[in-house]
Amino acid sequence: MNNLAPPEATASTDYLLHLADNALVLGQRNAEWCGNGPVLEEDIALANMSLDLVGQARLLYQHAAALTGHGATEDSLAYFRDAGDFRNFTLLELPHASPSAERDYAVTITRNFLYSALMLLVWDALQDSKDPQLAAIAAKSLKEVRYHFRHSRDWLLRLGDGTAESHARTQSALDQLMPYTREFWEASEVGRNAVSRGLATDPATLRAHWDGLLDAALLEAGLQRPAAGGAPPPGKNGRHSEHLAPLLADMQVLARAHPAAQW
Amino acid sequence: MSNPNKEWPLWEVFVRSKQGLEHKHCGSLHAVDAQQALQMARDVYTRRQEGVSIWVVPSGSITASEPDDKGEFFEPMADKIYRHPTFYDIPDEVGHM
Repeated sequence: MNNLAPPEATASTDYLLHLADNALVLGQRNAEWCGNGPVLEEDIALANMSLDLVGQARLLYQHAAALTGHGATEDSLAYFRDAGDFRNFTLLELPHASPSAERDYAVTITRNFLYSALMLLVWDALQDSKDPQLAAIAAKSLKEVRYHFRHSRDWLLRLGDGTAESHARTQSALDQLMPYTREFWEASEVGRNAVSRGLATDPATLRAHWDGLLDAALLEAGLQRPAAGGAPPPGKNGRHSEHLAPLLADMQVLARAHPAAQW
Repeated sequence: MSNPNKEWPLWEVFVRSKQGLEHKHCGSLHAVDAQQALQMARDVYTRRQEGVSIWVVPSGSITASEPDDKGEFFEPMADKIYRHPTFYDIPDEVGHM
């Protein structure tokens, strides 16, 4: 960029890290299905979507690293921050476990649906961000999340409207996960700051649309919308469940054992 | 299907690699219905930008020739080399045909 160019608005690194951590943590979590999928085709589908998410995370970390300076890189942000520094929604770090199974596909699908329905709206809105790089990342990510939404919605309907067991497991997954969607809407200082500068979208303006996407899918799937009760820890403020640290340990161990390695 | 209650039906997948080219058979997969087969074909067979269009067809809808019919189906053509257009001199102006 030359010196004559007008200074471009940029989103705060905290806001970028929130978006990046969301993508990375869910990408890592869903990658646990690699080699364990319920059928070969779904195994590949989940791995594809994880790679979409890791790709989004990389672009966001690169942008954040450039703003941070001091030698920060996408790798230092992904591999050398600890759980307390991560700003992802707590929902995304939860294991796939349910009372019925250690890895329950109903949990995976329900979470992917709740999150991709949100990101469908977030990425769409962020295309108008005053941060041009974030707007470009949003445009690319929107195409990917449209498919993630389609995939998870399709399975939500099949499972909800399937056998008695698939219905019960999906309803149970929804009951289990719904409280964690509360922090989608809770105001945070980072979010407010980004919104006031025209860099991000106020999540409150997306809520009615998200409710509509959820209610329409649940109606078709024959599922009941549970109340989002309880007070799970808000991960976007750095307060996580006990499940994030082990996930990060898995993901970060190699980079930390060989800090300057090239691959 | 040997066990229709448990086994998902088989689908044949055809992918068009770019506009103007024909769809080519590239493999098969199991899926519950046509829409799901299409999505799975997208995930399994177009991950490396192989396609711009996908067809899926129930494998059971394909009528195939029998290997045992090879003699009457294909062998009579073996000695009819005059059906290959290789006995003509093509004028240079025609270029590549």
